[in-house]
Amino acid sequence: MALIELRDITKNYPLGDDFISVLNGVSLEIEPGEYVALMGASGSGKSTLMNILGCLDRPSGGDYFFDGVELGRADGDLRAGIRNRKIGFVFQSFNLLPRTSALENVIMPLAYTAGSLSRSERRKRGMAALEAVGIADRSEHHPSQLSGGQQQRVAIARALINRPPVIFADEPTGNLDSHTSVEVMNLFQQLNADGITVILVTHSQAIARYARRTICMSDGRIVSGLFEGGLAQ
Amino acid sequence: MNVFDTVVMALISLRRNPTRTLLTMLGIIIGIGAVITMMEIGKGSSTAIRTTIERMGAGSGIIYPGVRRVAGIRAGTNSWASLLPADAEAILRECPSVSLVSPIVRSSTAQAIFGSENWIPNQMYGVSPSFFAIRDWEIAEGRFFSEREVDRNARVCVVGATIVRELFGGVSPVDCELRINNSSFKVIGVLKSKGANMMGTDEDDVILMPWTTMRMRITGLRSGSATSTKSTLSSRPGDRYPVSGVALYPEQDASMTEDKLVFPKFTYIDHIAFSAVAPDKVDAATAEITALLRERHALVAAQDDDFRIRSASDFMKMMDKTSTLMNNLLLGVALLSLVVGGVGIMNIMLVSVTERTREIGLRMAVGARSRDILKQFLIEAVVMCVLGGIIGILAGHGTALLIESQLGWPIESSPAAVFAAFAVSASIGMVFGFYPAWKASQLDPIEALRYE
Repeated sequence: MALIELRDITKNYPLGDDFISVLNGVSLEIEPGEYVALMGASGSGKSTLMNILGCLDRPSGGDYFFDGVELGRADGDLRAGIRNRKIGFVFQSFNLLPRTSALENVIMPLAYTAGSLSRSERRKRGMAALEAVGIADRSEHHPSQLSGGQQQRVAIARALINRPPVIFADEPTGNLDSHTSVEVMNLFQQLNADGITVILVTHSQAIARYARRTICMSDGRIVSGLFEGGLAQ
Repeated sequence: MNVFDTVVMALISLRRNPTRTLLTMLGIIIGIGAVITMMEIGKGSSTAIRTTIERMGAGSGIIYPGVRRVAGIRAGTNSWASLLPADAEAILRECPSVSLVSPIVRSSTAQAIFGSENWIPNQMYGVSPSFFAIRDWEIAEGRFFSEREVDRNARVCVVGATIVRELFGGVSPVDCELRINNSSFKVIGVLKSKGANMMGTDEDDVILMPWTTMRMRITGLRSGSATSTKSTLSSRPGDRYPVSGVALYPEQDASMTEDKLVFPKFTYIDHIAFSAVAPDKVDAATAEITALLRERHALVAAQDDDFRIRSASDFMKMMDKTSTLMNNLLLGVALLSLVVGGVGIMNIMLVSVTERTREIGLRMAVGARSRDILKQFLIEAVVMCVLGGIIGILAGHGTALLIESQLGWPIESSPAAVFAAFAVSASIGMVFGFYPAWKASQLDPIEALRYE
């Protein structure tokens, strides 16, 4: 069964008396363990699609099944729980809490996980996650004391803290130079090799090349890459 | 996420901006501090007032004869001789709330003479020794007279400071002989100076002697006083002018005495002073005395009391009411400043929510539910208020101590006020923190994440 299944997803934004259509019937399936790049020009709807996939936004129409569960119309608490345990987010601008240590940033999502761990267990798990992204030695540093690449590693560690099956990355290398971009992309490569589904949004061909499947979007529709990967066989 | 974690989180985020946190808390600190200071000073002063009144004899009262009504004409106070020394003894014996009793015989016209000086004291009282305890009067020199001296009509007296000044020229009068209405009295003690009382009367312009002596030697059958009331109850001259040892009239037999209710006029007294076992027992004592005297004076239900009781408790109630009113007024003002402090908290929390929009978005993206965000900001506001409250309690207590040491005002710490201040500051956090927290919880995660 597909991990993610979209059926005829639409998204409109009201504009005066009219609507602006951002997604015009997107259908898509993503299998577990895939490495997908979502490409398209600005305004093609890729970020909106990403937000819907990440349960941050709700579709105006259509069905969204995650692991067999409809989430597009599910209640807020269920969606919050999915974001917490099943989905990891990596943002272009890192979005780390200022004046808060790397470790505290990493274990922040655990505060919202039901059946809380003790504080020492959380720290242990946070250290393990920092270890996995290779910056365990900077655990007590504040974001302002870290380089861009290090900050993004902290953000990735935070996304991994609850061992989610899927990681969404929105232009993860957008604020990084080419050298650190390669490091960060290698990290995603490695995560995918460990069986985590990686879905990243990018407009860079070079970055998209890391993915095994590339989905191109234009004017709110998928124009290519629909049947590559798992479905194509 | 449990409450403890949330509190820790709130403390961490408050520590990120210590200056602003402190400035925000200032409103609460001042408000709570003012409340605590007001409460401590208010409580201290009301205790001080109470002690002062108690020293003036808060637990005491005076029984006056009632008003006499003859054919619809009501004579003034003291127009009726209704109190007997036996009444005083009975009150002491039968009223459990009464601890001390003293008969009072008054005169304000007797002239005292010593050497070439003469002086008419403002008040001359004939009392029993317990009077000094009832009034809480202290002796400066010499001694009070004793019960024995009362029994044997001893010609002794205790004088006030004004008498010493006016008659004796300030020289100690103890053991001097003083002449009052042509009887000579030995001065055995001098009262400690009390100055003027609340009505402006010089309380030191007084001579005290055993009430029996007073009745026998000074007042006699003074006109205008209780003793002169024309009563038909006793018509026997022997009662009016007792002549010991000489039987001027035939003896009455036992049955005659029992048949006729006779009050020997000579022993009527002007007032009875009493003291309750405790200041708050005055009302109980008053009720007991009323019941007892009505019974003793054989008054039926339809008849008015033939006596009146005045106690200091009314006065004390008035003072209490005044200080409570004053206290509540100040407390109201202090509470108002707490509300202002609360508005300050709300204001800063709104700023904080706006400033941390991205953080809120991020927290939502990693799985925080609306109610988690609500809880976080609400607890932050409550923690800030409670911290401010604690500082305010300490500051308020410190201020009160400072006032006590610098201005000498009495203070009294109040655990109830501390508890109330704590509860109030937590409630302010709840009330004024709710709107900003609710606003934060309603943010859209996508917009919040994009917020610059």
